[in-house]
Amino acid sequence: MKDWKNVWILAEVSRGKLSPTAYELLNAGRALADALGEKLCAVLLGKNVKKFAADLFEHGADVVYVCDAPQLENYIDDVYAKTLAGMIKQYKPNKFLLPATNMGRSLSAKTAIFAGTGLTADATEVLINKEDGQLHATRPTFGGNLMATITCAHTRPEMCSLRPMSYAKAERTLGRSGEVVEFAFNEQDFTSLAKFLKFIKSEGEGLDLSEAEVIVAGGRGLGKPEGFALLEKLAKRLGGAVAASRAPVDSGWVEYRRQIGLTGRTVKPKLYIACGISGQIQHMAGCSGADVIVAINKDPQAPIMKLAHYAVQGDLYEVVPAMLEALEK
Amino acid sequence: MHILACVKQTPKSDNVKIDPATGCLIRSGAESAMNPFDEYALEEAVTLKEQVGGTVSVITMGPPAAENVLRDSIARGADKVYQLGDMAFAGSDTWSTSYALSKGVEKINAGQKVDLIICGKQTNDSDTGHIGPQISAWLGIPNAAFVRRVVEVGENSITVERLTEDGTEVLQLPYPCVISVVKEISNPRVRSVKGRMAAKRAEVVKWTADDIGADKTKLGVKNCPTRVVKSFAPKRDSNAVEVEGANGKEKAAKLVELLKENKYI
Ligand SMILES: Cc1cc2nc3c(=O)[nH]c(=O)nc-3n(C[C@H](O)[C@H](O)[C@H](O)COP(=O)(O)OP(=O)(O)OC[C@H]3O[C@@H](n4cnc5c(N)ncnc54)[C@H](O)[C@@H]3O)c2cc1C
Ligand SMILES: Cc1cc2nc3c(=O)[nH]c(=O)nc-3n(C[C@H](O)[C@H](O)[C@H](O)COP(=O)(O)OP(=O)(O)OC[C@H]3O[C@@H](n4cnc5c(N)ncnc54)[C@H](O)[C@@H]3O)c2cc1C
Repeated sequence: MKDWKNVWILAEVSRGKLSPTAYELLNAGRALADALGEKLCAVLLGKNVKKFAADLFEHGADVVYVCDAPQLENYIDDVYAKTLAGMIKQYKPNKFLLPATNMGRSLSAKTAIFAGTGLTADATEVLINKEDGQLHATRPTFGGNLMATITCAHTRPEMCSLRPMSYAKAERTLGRSGEVVEFAFNEQDFTSLAKFLKFIKSEGEGLDLSEAEVIVAGGRGLGKPEGFALLEKLAKRLGGAVAASRAPVDSGWVEYRRQIGLTGRTVKPKLYIACGISGQIQHMAGCSGADVIVAINKDPQAPIMKLAHYAVQGDLYEVVPAMLEALEK
Repeated sequence: MHILACVKQTPKSDNVKIDPATGCLIRSGAESAMNPFDEYALEEAVTLKEQVGGTVSVITMGPPAAENVLRDSIARGADKVYQLGDMAFAGSDTWSTSYALSKGVEKINAGQKVDLIICGKQTNDSDTGHIGPQISAWLGIPNAAFVRRVVEVGENSITVERLTEDGTEVLQLPYPCVISVVKEISNPRVRSVKGRMAAKRAEVVKWTADDIGADKTKLGVKNCPTRVVKSFAPKRDSNAVEVEGANGKEKAAKLVELLKENKYI
């Protein structure tokens, strides 16, 4: 296993934009690379993606592996996973971190089989064990009720997907540069019969939940779909995004993509403001990773009033407008 | 069309209790049921069958008690059910689990070829979301994860919408293929009386590792690549701070002050 060297991260590019998870992975990966005394390398896959290498160097990458090909314009699992597995076989990385985004979770899983190695899912902390140099990846499981540390002792690379927002973004050093290594796209990897037909942008402007540092979430306590307009105002004022518990989603007040929880999405913002949400275990599964949780609820006995960091007992229709007012000062 | 839904028996989500001292799951008294996402997967399989005709099969890998989720699947409209059970499977990670399931699919294929495999997005216990994409990798067939809608079931391919962080992608996958579905895909129906009766009588096909021709050096806790080396209860910091004030307005002002003070906004 001595041949397997260096820490890799996947710099996800989607629709011509570098995902902010790339900077988070560079930050997490830098600590691993330094602990091992190895290089930090980023991987770029896509069409016209080579231009992002400079940015990755400035955020800490020593080497950037690029596979730039028109066939990689859109994300198709087979094509991406085979290409990545081909790169792994040729360059033999020691550790490989991918973003636990929708794309990253699916891609990392398929790639691990093609590369014949183990994968830890959706970790929030990664460390190098000093004695054996192995990757120890810790992840929340059972809806956030149990933390588990996973290792992969005998196969390389040790792969891991890392939950977005678990690490701060790497700092930028202007003018820092590194080495670009181009990997030729293998036509044989383009045998997938899956076809990408089109992309439909989600309606409503605003930030995606996985990138939002502030999330204002509404529950059944809003009482009516129009309540979300008020939350939208607060979210906008704080530079954040709006989310929901399952109840308003099931009532059709808001899109499913905004549902937080066990059967929705898991988010990790700095600030999570839950308005009219009781705090059932299935909801908390999606937001307990937030740095700070604020609960605004009429009922002082609601479970969320104990689970939150700040509990505000009151009518959200009184408290939220007053917050907006206070923020104006 | 032959549709195969993959289901896992997991602890009911509101029953999960962790022993704070040992960091282990308290299993006693923990009721098990079908993983919530698999209800949506199975419902979609049954709905598609009602649209285009065919057979819905269900497979699970798990201990003897997992037979219950297979009987429950019959009650929810499945036609045939298969259980992979063997001590050799115990403690498998996702690499090994997906391998075993892919061998199970090959064995089912020998009887009647599977066109579409439907998995849930993830489980509510170890919730990796790996199994769908990994089964497709072992079988060498296309897949899509985070599927929110089936747009069209064609003669040779299926068209689906996949959720991304910024929108929806529309993909066409030729059969055989694997999709992993989110909750939005379907609304599980209530089990019919007829279904419940059928569930009691149904034959559960049981296969061991040898029956499916699995390579035992790829199975179980000793052979799989990853291992859980430690588990513990998450740290919960201090109790909630109650934000004080005479009325909602005062509390709101105080909250904004606290959030600013601590640089959360
Ligand atoms: C298998 C399974 C999976 C699930 N997955 C999810 C999931 O992914 N996400 C999820 O959220 N839920 C999920 N649930 C549902 C979950 O158990 C709860 O039913 C749900 O979270 C309740 O939503 P809520 O808190 O908005 O509503 P409620 O529990 O009805 O709470 C409403 C709250 O609003 C308060 N309120 C009312 N009016 C006001 C007002 N004017 N001002 C302030 N407060 C007010 C009330 O005091 C109450 O506490 C799942 C359940 C199961 C069984
Ligand atoms: C605390 C803990 C953490 C773990 N972390 C990891 C990890 O990071 N990496 C890793 O490789 N393994 C891990 N494992 C092992 C993993 O739990 C098992 O391999 C498990 O059997 C399958 O993974 P899952 O529950 O995450 O399934 P998921 O991949 O989340 O399930 C997705 C879908 O696949 C289907 N499916 C899943 N399991 C079965 C089954 N047994 N039978 C039929 N269909 C099924 C269902 O349709 C399900 O909805 C962990 C185990 C524990 C206890």
